Amino acid sequence: MSEARSHGLGRVLIAVYAVFALAATGRSGVQLATKADEAPVPYVLSALAAVVYIAATLGLARSGEGWRRVAWLACGVELAGVLVVGALSLVEPDWFPDDTVWSGFGAGYGYLPLVLPFAGLAWLWHTRDAPDAG
Amino acid sequence: MTAWLTTSLTVVALLVAAVAVVYVVLDRSIDRWLLGLMGLLAVGTLVQLVTGLVAVVRTDDDVSVPTVVGYLVGLVLVPPAATVWALGERSRAGTAVLIVAGLLVPFLLLRLDQVWAAAGV
Repeated sequence: MSEARSHGLGRVLIAVYAVFALAATGRSGVQLATKADEAPVPYVLSALAAVVYIAATLGLARSGEGWRRVAWLACGVELAGVLVVGALSLVEPDWFPDDTVWSGFGAGYGYLPLVLPFAGLAWLWHTRDAPDAG
Repeated sequence: MTAWLTTSLTVVALLVAAVAVVYVVLDRSIDRWLLGLMGLLAVGTLVQLVTGLVAVVRTDDDVSVPTVVGYLVGLVLVPPAATVWALGERSRAGTAVLIVAGLLVPFLLLRLDQVWAAAGV
């Protein structure tokens, strides 16, 4: 019980994920609503990031095997996203006329987007054998 | 944005974060003092929302209205959401959630000010 995903350190981790879910949703919402045709690639990636952060937050916060799988998948996609987008934004800056959460490996957010998926995956690994009551 | 309000909210938010850090170190659970500070922060963000919306309606500057409204609404959501999530577990971890909230509010205020100032140039 004490090792369930939403307890202890997990509680703080979920709070941080929720912040990023809100931030990415807000950013992509404004971008897509006001200037979608200016920079489609970063704006679609912002929207993808928003979905990933929402899925990770829910997957970590809710009990059940299904949600655990959602959390694994979301944190995995998040790690791949921040690494691929981070690298591309440095190698091919022309593709990114506007920033995404993951540009420059999350430099605009104190590199938290780079640290967060490692923390999420480590927490999922740490709680892998926990009885999934909540 | 109203400078004294931004400053006051930043001070209260950082105070919440600082008190929460002390509580986590001392292993004290959330009490009425910390809740009182969060309540003050919640009321402050509501005042910020109202004055902010009035400022948005009145200004002649080319300000990004969705962005400003997004930050104003986000600010109002943080104190209640953090409090509910923190009280869900009466432990160090629950208290630590308030550190996140206390640091997040000044960041949102800073971004709000930047967006607002950028439009005035």
